[in-house]
Amino acid sequence: MIYLDNCATTKPRKEVIDAMVEALTNDFGNPSSLHRLGLLTEKKVKEAREIVANFLKIDSKELFFTSGGTESNNIAVQSIARKFSKKGKHIITTSIEHPSILNVYKYLEGEGYSVTYLDVDQSGYIDLEMLTNAIKEDTILVSIIHVNNEIGSLQDIKGIKDIINKSVSKPILHVDGIQSFGKVDFSLKDLDVDTYSFSGHKIYGPKGVGGLYINKRLKLNPIVFGGNQESGLRSGTENVPGIIGLGEAVRIMSKNFEAESKHAFELKKYMADGILKKIDDVKINTSLDNTSSPYILSVTFRRTRGEVLLHYLEEKDIYVSTSSACSSRGTTKSHVLRAINMCDDDIEGTIRFCFSYEITKEDIDYTIEQLKLAVDDIRSIMGR
Amino acid sequence: MEKVISVSLGEIVLKGLNRKYFEDKLIKQIRKAINDLGYEKIYKEQGKIYIEADDGVFPQITHRLRKVFGLVYISPCIKVEKDMEKIGEAAVELIKNKLAESSYRTFKVETNRSDKSFPIKSPDISRAIGGVILRNFNELKVDVHNPDIYLYVDIKQNAYIYIDRIKGYGGLPLGTNGKGLLLLSGGIDSPVAGFMMAKRGVEISCVHYHSYPFTSERAEEKVKDLAHILSRYMGEIKMYSVNILNIQKAINKNCPENQMTILSRRFMMRIAERIALENDYNALITGENLGQVASQTIYGLNATNRSVSLPVFRPLIGFDKVDIIEIAKDIETYETSIQPYEDCCTVFLPKHPVTKPKVEDIEESEKALDIELLIEDAIENMKIYTIS
Repeated sequence: MIYLDNCATTKPRKEVIDAMVEALTNDFGNPSSLHRLGLLTEKKVKEAREIVANFLKIDSKELFFTSGGTESNNIAVQSIARKFSKKGKHIITTSIEHPSILNVYKYLEGEGYSVTYLDVDQSGYIDLEMLTNAIKEDTILVSIIHVNNEIGSLQDIKGIKDIINKSVSKPILHVDGIQSFGKVDFSLKDLDVDTYSFSGHKIYGPKGVGGLYINKRLKLNPIVFGGNQESGLRSGTENVPGIIGLGEAVRIMSKNFEAESKHAFELKKYMADGILKKIDDVKINTSLDNTSSPYILSVTFRRTRGEVLLHYLEEKDIYVSTSSACSSRGTTKSHVLRAINMCDDDIEGTIRFCFSYEITKEDIDYTIEQLKLAVDDIRSIMGR
Repeated sequence: MEKVISVSLGEIVLKGLNRKYFEDKLIKQIRKAINDLGYEKIYKEQGKIYIEADDGVFPQITHRLRKVFGLVYISPCIKVEKDMEKIGEAAVELIKNKLAESSYRTFKVETNRSDKSFPIKSPDISRAIGGVILRNFNELKVDVHNPDIYLYVDIKQNAYIYIDRIKGYGGLPLGTNGKGLLLLSGGIDSPVAGFMMAKRGVEISCVHYHSYPFTSERAEEKVKDLAHILSRYMGEIKMYSVNILNIQKAINKNCPENQMTILSRRFMMRIAERIALENDYNALITGENLGQVASQTIYGLNATNRSVSLPVFRPLIGFDKVDIIEIAKDIETYETSIQPYEDCCTVFLPKHPVTKPKVEDIEESEKALDIELLIEDAIENMKIYTIS
């Protein structure tokens, strides 16, 4: 199997699975229980929290476990918007966010907030000057996707924070880090973001667990109420096996971070070069330098259909992703590819490849070989 | 007072000498539908079928029976001896329960005396029981033209008293009219077409065409879901799944673009006929509907039809789309049908499909294809599923 859909989800590492089986088998206590079994699981959760906090170089009190990226984004945006609503009701984000931000913004728009959606250029980057102009006296929140999940563009968070610092209203900065956590090198403290969300299953950890960093100068209120777990921010009995699995995934990732990102970066360049060499009429949509994620490569195969390519490859046990789904009632097209001004025909032929430590150059060679066969076949049919 | 469910039969009662055959088939279907619910007895009594079971499972039994073809009405009733006093008590009990549901003001008693040896005549029974009801319920009045409540009294070997009549689908018991092969796509129409023919007693199997990898595996999964829903009415369904990508490629390469759909459909019909003949199906069934799309004009249907000689049943031919949708919703296939996964890739849809194809032209175009080889190849690679 050649799994190149690692932005959708990743295969959990063996160590993660072992740690979780152990947790499910033996550490089944509830961390809130007063007895020894409860204490034991509480300690394991604490250990996992330390591992993740150390990796992010933050205080473990600034880290809150959640059910994943969507919940983290929801807590951050909803809670910030409510907390500062007396100060203002203007919130900013980009036009290439994940639905877990966009749909919260849409919901808040319905609640009376005014929203500015920042456009991006053809490579998927926001214009810092546009942000400068967008921040008004009543702006309370700027939410930015760190690495875009479809084209891999990496936003200049430092530049964004500088602009926020120079503004009068100094809005809170939330960063959606689902595709950047463990994938690109940065420091939350250097970037000085206020909140940052991440997910476990994008870094070879389990699904159903993630986290939210909240800078200690900021106190947020919960959006779900209950037994006051996670310092009251996120009630609900801790997903102990999930948290332990996440901890294990981060532990290995922090050890391998440099080597694995370098590997991904090389694969990405290797694949882009190979495709350009072997297949004509293609367009590489992701930059090949350090302004995008080393793990993501978006390519348009003109005069093809992405979904058909996807199924051709799946027949060969190669798994990729498209940004559009084929339908006789009109294709549903990605808002991200629309935002970077891609024409409809190109959107239909766009495929996303997302790498992992397990992929080799031989895998890439085989994939390109199969891609070429599929592209030729589809073009011979569509060309009529 | 014993409670039973009565089932009234539709057209079966007109079957003359064959009636017993149809009734027995129907009882078999009823038994199959409710087997796991734990009934005590199913018996016939002067034209109706009765089910004895714990009244706690009556709602489930009724729900299941609604999906059995050949039934017209399903009624939970009270069964008593043919004794006026007991019939009166049963009537009071039923009316009391009915009034607890909602406030009704008027009623009428309707009696059907199949057992002519019972000395009191129908109108007199109605009048007497009506009197009992009036004495017990001050708020009710008789209205013989437009009553809120009908109370029915059937005098057979026993007396059966009931109010609710739940409508069944009618039709004929499954398996009393041979076997048909339904061309099942993922759309709204074909599952309805299968349902309509099953309702006439035809046992249904399906054939599904796809063009993977130009279509998604989810498209096939969706069709399996539809077959699963249909199986609630028809029992186990055999589904043949045929990949026709090579056929579409060959047509695409060798034939005029605007005939693509008609030519593909002719192949689908031929393959279906081949499967039908090998497996003893007596007819093909399609969801075609006159004028709905370019390939379903009278000329298109003619061109498609000419490719086979088995009878092709098109039960939806004269329906409007809204009516088809209404049935699809009623039989619960609609929600699945409108899921987005397509069984035909838009790549293969002509921009301007021919609406008045001439059979001679179509046959001329087909000369460029090795029809026999393409069909054999498709059938050889076909997958067969059993869905229930």
